[in-house]
Amino acid sequence: METKSKIRILIAKPGLDGHDKGAKVVALALRDAGMEVIYSGLHQTLDQIIQSAVQESVDVIGLSIMSGAHLPICQKLMAMMREKGLAHAKLTVGGVIPHQDIPKLKEIGVAAVFPGGTSFEDIINGINRLFE
Amino acid sequence: MLDIKDILAGNQNAGAGMIRLVEDRDPLAHELLKRLYPHAGRAFIIGITGSPGVGKSSLIDGLIAEFRGLNKRVAVIACDPSSPVTGGAILGDRLRMQRHAADEGVFIRSMASRGEKGGLSRAAKDAVLVLDAMGYPIIIIETAGAGQTEVDVADIAHSVGIVTIPGTGDGIQAIKAGILETGDVFIVNKSDRPDSEAAVFELNMMLGLRPPSKDVWKPLVLQTQALDGTGVRELARVFLSHFDFLRQEGRLEKKQIKMESRYFQSLVRDLALEKIMAALETSKGYQDAFKKIRLRGTDPVTAAESVMDTIRVLNNDTKYHC
Amino acid sequence: MGVAKYIKNEKDAIKEVIYQSGITVKPSYGPEDLERAGFSYEKDLGAPGEYPFTRSIHPQSYRSRAWTTRQYTGFGTPEETNERFKLMIANGQNGLNVAFDLPTQMGYDSDHPLAEGEVGRVGMAIDSLRDFEAAFKGIPLDRIGSGLTINAVATIMMAMYQAVAEKFGYSKNQISTTPQNDILKEMIGRGAWIFPVEHGVRLVGDSIEYAVKELPKSNPVSICGYHIRESGATPAQEIAYAFEIAKAYIENVTQRGIKPEDFVGRFSFNLNVYGNLWEQIAKFRAARKLWAKMLKEDYGVKDNKNLFLRGLFGGGGSGLTKEQPENNIMRGAYYALGAALSGAQTTALCSFDEAYTIPTPRSALLSLRTLEILMDEVGLRDTVDPLAGSYFVETLTLEMEKKILEEMKEVEKWGGMVKSISNGFVQRKVSRQAYEFEKGLQSGEYRKVGVVPVSEKGTAKDPGTEAAAVELHEYNEAWAEKSKANLKELRRTRNGKDVAETLKGLEKAAKTSENVMPHLVKCCHAYATVGEMAGVFRQVFGEWKEPDFY
Repeated sequence: METKSKIRILIAKPGLDGHDKGAKVVALALRDAGMEVIYSGLHQTLDQIIQSAVQESVDVIGLSIMSGAHLPICQKLMAMMREKGLAHAKLTVGGVIPHQDIPKLKEIGVAAVFPGGTSFEDIINGINRLFE
Repeated sequence: MLDIKDILAGNQNAGAGMIRLVEDRDPLAHELLKRLYPHAGRAFIIGITGSPGVGKSSLIDGLIAEFRGLNKRVAVIACDPSSPVTGGAILGDRLRMQRHAADEGVFIRSMASRGEKGGLSRAAKDAVLVLDAMGYPIIIIETAGAGQTEVDVADIAHSVGIVTIPGTGDGIQAIKAGILETGDVFIVNKSDRPDSEAAVFELNMMLGLRPPSKDVWKPLVLQTQALDGTGVRELARVFLSHFDFLRQEGRLEKKQIKMESRYFQSLVRDLALEKIMAALETSKGYQDAFKKIRLRGTDPVTAAESVMDTIRVLNNDTKYHC
Repeated sequence: MGVAKYIKNEKDAIKEVIYQSGITVKPSYGPEDLERAGFSYEKDLGAPGEYPFTRSIHPQSYRSRAWTTRQYTGFGTPEETNERFKLMIANGQNGLNVAFDLPTQMGYDSDHPLAEGEVGRVGMAIDSLRDFEAAFKGIPLDRIGSGLTINAVATIMMAMYQAVAEKFGYSKNQISTTPQNDILKEMIGRGAWIFPVEHGVRLVGDSIEYAVKELPKSNPVSICGYHIRESGATPAQEIAYAFEIAKAYIENVTQRGIKPEDFVGRFSFNLNVYGNLWEQIAKFRAARKLWAKMLKEDYGVKDNKNLFLRGLFGGGGSGLTKEQPENNIMRGAYYALGAALSGAQTTALCSFDEAYTIPTPRSALLSLRTLEILMDEVGLRDTVDPLAGSYFVETLTLEMEKKILEEMKEVEKWGGMVKSISNGFVQRKVSRQAYEFEKGLQSGEYRKVGVVPVSEKGTAKDPGTEAAAVELHEYNEAWAEKSKANLKELRRTRNGKDVAETLKGLEKAAKTSENVMPHLVKCCHAYATVGEMAGVFRQVFGEWKEPDFY
């Protein structure tokens, strides 16, 4: 059988913030880059995100966070990913992320950070690079 | 590493990992499927099909809630087309079922067609097998009604629901004779629209043309409003009663044989075609025949027939001999 | 170049200009253009303050009064917000604009699991009347009006505002509040929706009906083209969708037997100033005229005062760039110039650091000063509608009017805004445009100064990433702890029987077509929490499921 793998990515908006333009345009860009994008919709709990990621057997969870709560959310989600057998999947985060928080996010275990203003090309390359 | 025991125990990580292998056409998938096969065949499989925008996902969301209310675990395979240009896809059916995401008794998996024609891929069929082996008593397959999809889904599902909406160009008109025959339940969704009754009437008329028979399930036409849940409980009940009907007097067994034979036939057909073509294309007869065509020494149809004449199927085994 | 499409020839001269709304701009304009567009002074323009109000809704405009500015305030606990309110009033501000945190906006109490990490983060946390008592303590509610930036549970906050006023000894006839209360735009853009579309619209209708009958000085709804534009709509769509939303609300209220004449004068609009300067000016002038015309011709509204397109024209958030954030100060100044040339009555500017964070006091002050410079220094108050009669501006205004009407017609083809949102038509259109625009920006087809197109990355034209010199607002965990402790105390001390009874009344009203507002006021007085009241709605109405967007 011919193997035909694709990068599968869950684009999710954790928490209560509803600014979803960024998540939506990135989902469209990743689709056009040949990835399979699962879109969770708004107002997701971390449990919902984890379960969706498990069932969809994704390679990447891409969070979009504008509320400023990226550090606690990523910390918690990383722990849940380890606990729920998603250690193989990568966590990426985009949205309103101040520069000084990027090293902190990396330390937590976030594989890639795409602050607002990152070009589609850089996001696509950044995700592809995680699987080279 | 995937352990078959975990899949059989219904572990979602293991099941999802297995579906991923199937979907990626990983060489390991076939080995594992072989071992899962004896454990499948217990689930009641429902197919939900219809044109994009008729509300399939919302209906399934409601059906999940109903089946969960009856304490039944439910799995869903939601199929969407891949972009023919980039190969990518946005899989958004799950969006409308997301309230069930954290429910351990529900498993929702989106699948892209990845270039397969006819909507449902073989991977989707294999994914159903995995979910069946995982022990989900009810499995729902959602697929858009492009091309031959509706016919395909009938080969996988015990009960097929065809969803339409009243009064639109691609609504009731889209239900053509071939598709009409595969449907067990016809659902007129968005029944708050003014011409809903007319759509029901029209569908009943069309269905009335089927010859009546006591051994055959009489298809029903239902009205629903998926967004507020109107009619969804009745729909769930009808699916379950169809299943009960099938379980009586050996009907399920018969249906199963029919479905399996059709699937087996299509598998053999594909494999045969693949193998025969591989052998033929390198054979001398094929090359000679093609040369003749190029030189206008014969016409393509005669040449093709002459190539076919070189095939002998040996009876004692299934080798192809050219 | 800019947010319009500029097509250049080989010598780098501009050959063609196409605005986002789809209007092509000529190299120059003359009387023949006005003639071709069928321009008539009486029909299309008229004097300022006269129908159709293209020039201004007031005859004297800024001569009689400079624009009003409204700063968005509210963070952390109600007590801290109260201090900030008092400071602003001491500085001469006569209106408050209250920001709520996300749990409050989404109808959750501070101790709800989903509220974790969000309490007090983007606005103040309100759980019950007790918090409103702390927030508005010592504020003269008969003189100071309050904008409440909340939508899905705007009915609850409106009721709570009445309850707090009554508690402080004011009557409901004295108070003035303007809840944002535009649920349909939340479904297109900002995402703070809870209930299914028709129930959301019903709640808006309830609040309008209640305001008409019981709150004579309050303006129950502020329709936000602003957020629709931020989500990717063109300027023409921004207005068209805002008007279609208004029509959906009008329809709901008129079905209750109330005449448009009796309530449309209380509608206000929140519109965006981001984009090409001329397109913005034409947009506002066309919008003022179309709104008046629509109300007069389609809804039989007669009183001039009820035909005014009132509201806040400002913001410009999506114009801001993260790159070279100081540039946003200049950008804001030009957006404000556009607003002034359009005759904005009320305005507010996004702060230059808003691409990163909630504005700091320093950046908020800079925005305020920018607005003052325009009004007090450079002459924007000299004469009303100074661009009137410009061949270009008048032609553009007429073309914009046509575009807006076209976009409205498309929504109506789907059966109006409620249907267009339910089936996802508007969301799909807007998100696709946002994607195309973003791609254009990255490829250099559109230009924002400081944003380097992908093709120029690393070349001599790329100034590199400049470290952003912005201060950040810190989240304070203590806010959540305090809110949770207060809530616990409240639940222990309030009269549980009153709470249960009033909530029961609310449930009954929600299930029928009875107006929920009087019940909400009773619930608030009984110290029912926001989560409990919204919980009743959640249980009766269910929650909305988004349609797809691609």
